[in-house]
Amino acid sequence: MRIFLAIYLFVVIAAVSILGFRGSTSKKPPLEVFPDMDRQAKYKPQAENEFFADGRNDRPIPAGTVARGNYFNQVEVFSNDFEDEYLGDTVFHDGKNADGSFAQTLPLNVTYELIEQGREKYAIFCTACHGAAGDGNGVTKPYGVLAASYHDDRLRGEPDGYIYDVIMNGKGLMYPLNDRISPEEGWAIVLYVRALQLSQNANAEDLSAAQRKVLGL
Amino acid sequence: MANVFPKWVNTVPIKVIVAIILIKTAVVLGVTYYATPKYTRVGYEPTQPVAFSHALHSGQLEIDCRYCHTFVDRAAHSNVPTTQVCMTCHSMVRKNDPILAPIRDSYESGEPIPWVRIHKTPDYVYFNHSVHVNRGISCMECHGSVHEMDVVQHSKSLSMGFCLECHRNPEEYIRPPEEVYNLDWERPDTEEFNKEVVGFVHDWKVNPPQSCSGCHR
Repeated sequence: MRIFLAIYLFVVIAAVSILGFRGSTSKKPPLEVFPDMDRQAKYKPQAENEFFADGRNDRPIPAGTVARGNYFNQVEVFSNDFEDEYLGDTVFHDGKNADGSFAQTLPLNVTYELIEQGREKYAIFCTACHGAAGDGNGVTKPYGVLAASYHDDRLRGEPDGYIYDVIMNGKGLMYPLNDRISPEEGWAIVLYVRALQLSQNANAEDLSAAQRKVLGL
Repeated sequence: MANVFPKWVNTVPIKVIVAIILIKTAVVLGVTYYATPKYTRVGYEPTQPVAFSHALHSGQLEIDCRYCHTFVDRAAHSNVPTTQVCMTCHSMVRKNDPILAPIRDSYESGEPIPWVRIHKTPDYVYFNHSVHVNRGISCMECHGSVHEMDVVQHSKSLSMGFCLECHRNPEEYIRPPEEVYNLDWERPDTEEFNKEVVGFVHDWKVNPPQSCSGCHR
């Protein structure tokens, strides 16, 4: 019995010291004892694939195609009274008129929802460099990112299409965002940038007497 | 008549019973403790090709999760960012740093960076990120406090029991939609808030499936 207890204790201590405790960190991938159908041979997003020469599942977009779910609502497209408002609309896609000049105004109806969408997307994609107020003082400034302030006469005077073009295609040191932003979101950000410009360059006289009283002006 | 069995045989049955009980206890406790994702998965912390720190980017600089994981709110898969996203800042920040050499090489050659995937569900689990984040389930409910991790590690078990825990009591995990990406948010422990959350569950028609086909196909 003593020999049994000694072996028993030894095995338990050995097992615990080899296996460790829950939550201990490891660089080795998790052990799958019974993998069953955990890992199936199927296409998964951003996964590896030996079939293609470059080894990846995600294929480059072929020229002349429109990615699914970009801006068309499928239900609308297949309804009888569907009229194409956007395809072929160069202003909506590029911010430019047919003759190549920048569009002066937004091609979308300005709504409160659109500006709220713009605020959300601005906070995600723009604040890090341009700052919450659009003055070019983002958190990345101390690290050496040079970002423009929206509050100068040149940018206040540029047409909406120009700002849209910079957001989508980049300019100078700024990289394009068109890989992550849809045209509608791009226009929403333009709208919000306009609101920021107004907020930093407004006259007290523009407000009504009641509004000025609330603000103590 | 001499004894057929020596005297020590008297204690053999009790010793065998004790031995069996001890072995069974050890096996049951061992399997309960170790044969679970809480042990096998939690703490997985692989070395990535580039030592990207979420603690710096997400925690200290407070860059929104969606700056990089852009399509988490409209796709089933939460995307790993392209190299272009890294280069948006790192064309200016640390542009000659050797630790970012793989990023620059990838941007020039077009070859993807082989990031090591940490959080994996079995392939028969159809988890949809967008439906969760759009209904008030924060990133950190499944991924933990990523914004405090220099090296990302698997911090929740992601076992089926883990999923069901929340699917049975969504009001204990749901948060206001504007706080989903705010990983520093703390759940107020007030009567008022608990009522509000129950309101979310009702108003958004949150009805997490508990049947097999809800997640398994």
